[in-house]
Amino acid sequence: MTQLRFLLNDTEVALTEVAASDTLLDHLRLTRRLTGTKEGCAEGDCGACTVLSGRLTPDGLVYEPINACIRLMASCHATHIVTIEHLRGPDGGLHPIQAAMVAHHGSQCGFCTPGIVMALYGLWMTDPKAGEAEIETALQGNICRCTGYAPIIRAAQAAGAAGGQAQDALAREREAVAARLAGMRGARVSLARGADRALIPTDTDDLAAALLKEPDSTLVAGATDVGLWVTKFMRDISPAIFIGHLMKDITVEGDLIRLGAGVTYSEAAPVIARHIPQAAEYWQRIGGWQVRNVGTIGANIANGSPIGDTPPLLIALDARIVLRRGADRREMPLEDFFIDYGKQDRQPGEFVEEIVIPIHRAARTAAYKVSKRRDSDITAVAAGIRVDVAEGIITDARLAFGGMAGIPKRARAAEAALRGQPFAEAAFDAAARAIAGDFQPMTDMRASAEYRATVARNLIRRFWLEQSEPGLPVRLRLTERA
Amino acid sequence: MKDDAAPIAGQAHQDTIHDSAIKHVTGRADYTDDLVEPTGTIHAYLGLSTCAHGRITGMDFTDTLAQPGVLGVLTADDLPGVNDVSPNGMNDDPILADGVVHFWGQPVFAVIAETRDQARRAAHKARIDYDALPHVLDPIAARDAGMGYVTDPLTLRRGDAAVAMADAPRRITGRFAVGGQDHFYLEGQIALAIPGEDDEVALHVSTQHPSEVQHMVAHVLGVPSSAVVVNVRRMGGGFGGKETQMNLFACVAAVAAKRWHRAVKIRPDRDDDMTATGKRHDFVIDYAVGFDDEGRIRAVEGDLYARCGFSADLSGPVTDRALFHADNAYFYPDVRLSSHPMRTNTVSNTAFRGFGGPQGAIMAERMVEEIAYALGLDPLEVRKRNLYQNGQLTPYHQEVQDQILPRLIAELEQSSYYQARRQAVLDWNARGGVIRKGIALTPVKFGISFTATWFNQAGALIHIYSDGSIHLNHGGTEMGQGLNTKVAQIVAEAFQCDISRIRITKTTTEKVPNTSATAASSGTDLNGMAALDAANQIKARLTAFVAENWKVAEDQVAFVPGHVRAGDQMIVFDQVIRAAYMARIHLSAAGFYKTPKIHWDRTTGQGRPFYYFAYGAAVSEVSVDTLTGEYVIDRADILHDVGRSLNPALDRGQVEGAFVQGAGWLTTEELWWDDKGRLRTHAPSTYKVPLASDRPRIFNVALADWSEATERTIKRSKAVGEPPFVLGISVFEAINMAVASVADYREPARLDAPATPERVLMAVERLRG
Repeated sequence: MTQLRFLLNDTEVALTEVAASDTLLDHLRLTRRLTGTKEGCAEGDCGACTVLSGRLTPDGLVYEPINACIRLMASCHATHIVTIEHLRGPDGGLHPIQAAMVAHHGSQCGFCTPGIVMALYGLWMTDPKAGEAEIETALQGNICRCTGYAPIIRAAQAAGAAGGQAQDALAREREAVAARLAGMRGARVSLARGADRALIPTDTDDLAAALLKEPDSTLVAGATDVGLWVTKFMRDISPAIFIGHLMKDITVEGDLIRLGAGVTYSEAAPVIARHIPQAAEYWQRIGGWQVRNVGTIGANIANGSPIGDTPPLLIALDARIVLRRGADRREMPLEDFFIDYGKQDRQPGEFVEEIVIPIHRAARTAAYKVSKRRDSDITAVAAGIRVDVAEGIITDARLAFGGMAGIPKRARAAEAALRGQPFAEAAFDAAARAIAGDFQPMTDMRASAEYRATVARNLIRRFWLEQSEPGLPVRLRLTERA
Repeated sequence: MKDDAAPIAGQAHQDTIHDSAIKHVTGRADYTDDLVEPTGTIHAYLGLSTCAHGRITGMDFTDTLAQPGVLGVLTADDLPGVNDVSPNGMNDDPILADGVVHFWGQPVFAVIAETRDQARRAAHKARIDYDALPHVLDPIAARDAGMGYVTDPLTLRRGDAAVAMADAPRRITGRFAVGGQDHFYLEGQIALAIPGEDDEVALHVSTQHPSEVQHMVAHVLGVPSSAVVVNVRRMGGGFGGKETQMNLFACVAAVAAKRWHRAVKIRPDRDDDMTATGKRHDFVIDYAVGFDDEGRIRAVEGDLYARCGFSADLSGPVTDRALFHADNAYFYPDVRLSSHPMRTNTVSNTAFRGFGGPQGAIMAERMVEEIAYALGLDPLEVRKRNLYQNGQLTPYHQEVQDQILPRLIAELEQSSYYQARRQAVLDWNARGGVIRKGIALTPVKFGISFTATWFNQAGALIHIYSDGSIHLNHGGTEMGQGLNTKVAQIVAEAFQCDISRIRITKTTTEKVPNTSATAASSGTDLNGMAALDAANQIKARLTAFVAENWKVAEDQVAFVPGHVRAGDQMIVFDQVIRAAYMARIHLSAAGFYKTPKIHWDRTTGQGRPFYYFAYGAAVSEVSVDTLTGEYVIDRADILHDVGRSLNPALDRGQVEGAFVQGAGWLTTEELWWDDKGRLRTHAPSTYKVPLASDRPRIFNVALADWSEATERTIKRSKAVGEPPFVLGISVFEAINMAVASVADYREPARLDAPATPERVLMAVERLRG
């Protein structure tokens, strides 16, 4: 196929001339003149461009808020894009979310408002009883500079109380839309504009073949980073292979979680919450909701960033990854994948296919993220900590850190200070001292080297305090979840 | 027909929704980038300097011009008129750098192309060579390097501060660095210029100051102002960032529009917007305070060094206002306050909500904290002991006459359970532990009026059409604050007709000339009065007409809901208008207002720059993680004075929003330059404004509904845009308290602002020793 097909509000779109770097936001605003969706930052941080993306999953049609600014057009294939222009109430008037935003004075300048309405719409559809905590989480990816948010939270609560989900247009049209989207899926799609090319493989085997043929292709999953290469750095990403719809399997077998590389943070959240509950809060601090809905764990790893959110935790859990090249597969410990800043153990034509995470039911585990702002911020220091204790003795310790070196990295001196020691404060004090020798962090706009080093040390202390006296107020808490 | 007993919809002093609220939530509110573009619109994109200070030795546009769609490049040599957008006549604000660049990110050239994407890509293909010169980034380094001032400094004096300082029982001196702030208006800078006949050009611009854009464009094109029309329907946020910063973009668009005879749009990306436009001034403040054993201030000396950037822009009035508010709410018996508007190789800083006032006010609160810790007092006690009493003089010799803080603070102290909660915080901290708490009550007294007295004027234009519909126009601009709604309420009430009858129209220099910026919280005060003047002129004509036509005395004519009453006759408003039209009554009026009583002599540092003061206070409680420096605002209680509120719902929105923005300024919003002079926090990925989860967990906001302006302001209301921003200081003070607890409050934490988690943790580590 050489056509990109998707549903835009109630219109089916079929495009033949599409470049890999074309964004959904430009398509909406410039081509379609759907100007309700705004550009605030073009980097997926402010949420003014939030639209809903509906896609078919094994559980049916799912609508999620996404950032149109860094949504590349090829990622929209066989999805339903819903913009603010499509939103209305059952009587054709204001939707309950819109009515509540008006009644509660939830807009001032109004520029962020369509994006906020769409994020709240996404929440309203999936979590009608959302409380303050859930609303805040849903709005992590939306900046409002005028209101101070309080009226928006009140509006979201009022809209939730108003109900009406069953009568909502997207609910009523669900089956019809699902059928239309199903009809768009299937064959490999090859898109081009001039020399610029984008490929949407049919399945993972097709991806393997395509990448083998053109190993220099840019792999695009959620585009939460690649999107910025395009919008901020104007980089040419052609030829690009779009893989966000592939490798979606999640399985739990015994003490192993197997995540396909294309599993998004949002898709993985329930499994993490169930099997690694210590990381549930951490997981919700990865990006904003829009980013979690498209960003994939495989790409977070493959990207190789020293400040990726998942590697410290996954390394602490002894996670392994499966790399695939053509039909060949190899498995390695995740920590070995990161060789040096910007360099990973990935061969031409090879891609991350799966992440295998052992569940350490008896271990003491923690995941910490420290950033300038609590939500939707890039890590200053992230830590994954796992300590195995048997009969009062620390039998093994894994302390992996992000933001402390050019790659996500274990604190081996600190681990050594723990291993074999009694599970007592003295061992953690020793580890906190030892970690100074593990890293030479850098200073940048997010944090100074001194701050990073101090925080790394203190996170070991926090871990001990939390483990030694559960219930001790050691960490800041926002509103408890409903 | 409306029952004449029922009040009109949207009358003054009532909660009324923002006039654009429904358009906002449906995405149908048009911002400048949403307007239908004229056929053949082309696009401009700026090329920015990549050197913090240097001589341009070469500009090579070969590759730029070879890019697809490129029509040409503009440099300083291509501007037909003057290469300057200085808002103060100092001629120090080039549109495009001429020979020398003064900061990293300064506009050097503009590329014009068929599409924005083409122009943007081509701009990055230019090659500009520099001969680098030394650069200076911060104000103290600028002072030490002899960089000089960008504009005249100011000193305010009353009494003899040096003598009183020497005589004071106790003295404390200190230095306090206060960071700047990016506006982060959600809608970035944008202009669309449409060329007209002869020398004419019309622009749609996201600006707070259409008249200045008009004058600047005229200046740069070398044409009379009458040839230029500037239109603004709404902005997606301004906060001061579109008071002067839009001029440059509008001028580039206008120059290109005239040169290529096509409509030209210019919109920088977010990174360029944040790099190339001015921000809130950072300050370094050296303070000395003399006081007695009861915590009463005897003398204050302050030197306020501001990072002004490479040009004056509004740094003169901003640093002046920092001095005007360096007393915050407290009487200084003997005082000397000096501003030092330092020239630096950074973007020229500009207006931002509060306009220097918050930076001055936080100096006062820092001194209060020092006094309280030195004496072992609750800082609130020190605050109360130093509040102005009516009749006392400010450092600029204005007599305080409308003081309401004693009552306001007492009410807030009660309603927030301040005393009990402070005790609970002290008890919590006494137990030790990782999480520490802090609580602080800080007030604000904010002077209302432009300190440039001539700006305190406004115009409005009202037409009533023969069908009875009303067209309202005024010189203020709508940036989300609800100005248009409030002015419409005033007009609706004047004519006693529903607000829906009043058509709010875009601000345009064609209808109201020589307007002032919508700034200094003054929008409603000035434009509301001007609109009322226009309405009253028409009402006077209608009254005379009705009296004559319906044969009653003029004092028997009254405007009542939906009707005009003439003696015992009730005539529907539309009928009155129709009859008036037929009788050839003039149904249009231009209104005008100028603020009375104010005067200011900058040479003596004395006068009455402010018509009145707006007051408020906030109590904030925070929790701080002493292992990481992170914090949460657990609760904030605000009681704020807006006089007789014109629209309590909108006013509460201003208070809440300003408070959170003020808290952001002092917590996570950090501007960070590298050693090359590059601002590295230039997008929301690196510059962190508050999110929903950063707002106070409990947030109680109330208006002091008993307050009424003592001066004859518009319906006895008070301005609200800026004053509550200052209340964000309560969050900062509470964090300071939590940090100080780790050393048992033996000394204040003396955090510099913003109190990022890093600064907080480092202070904890320092205090623990």
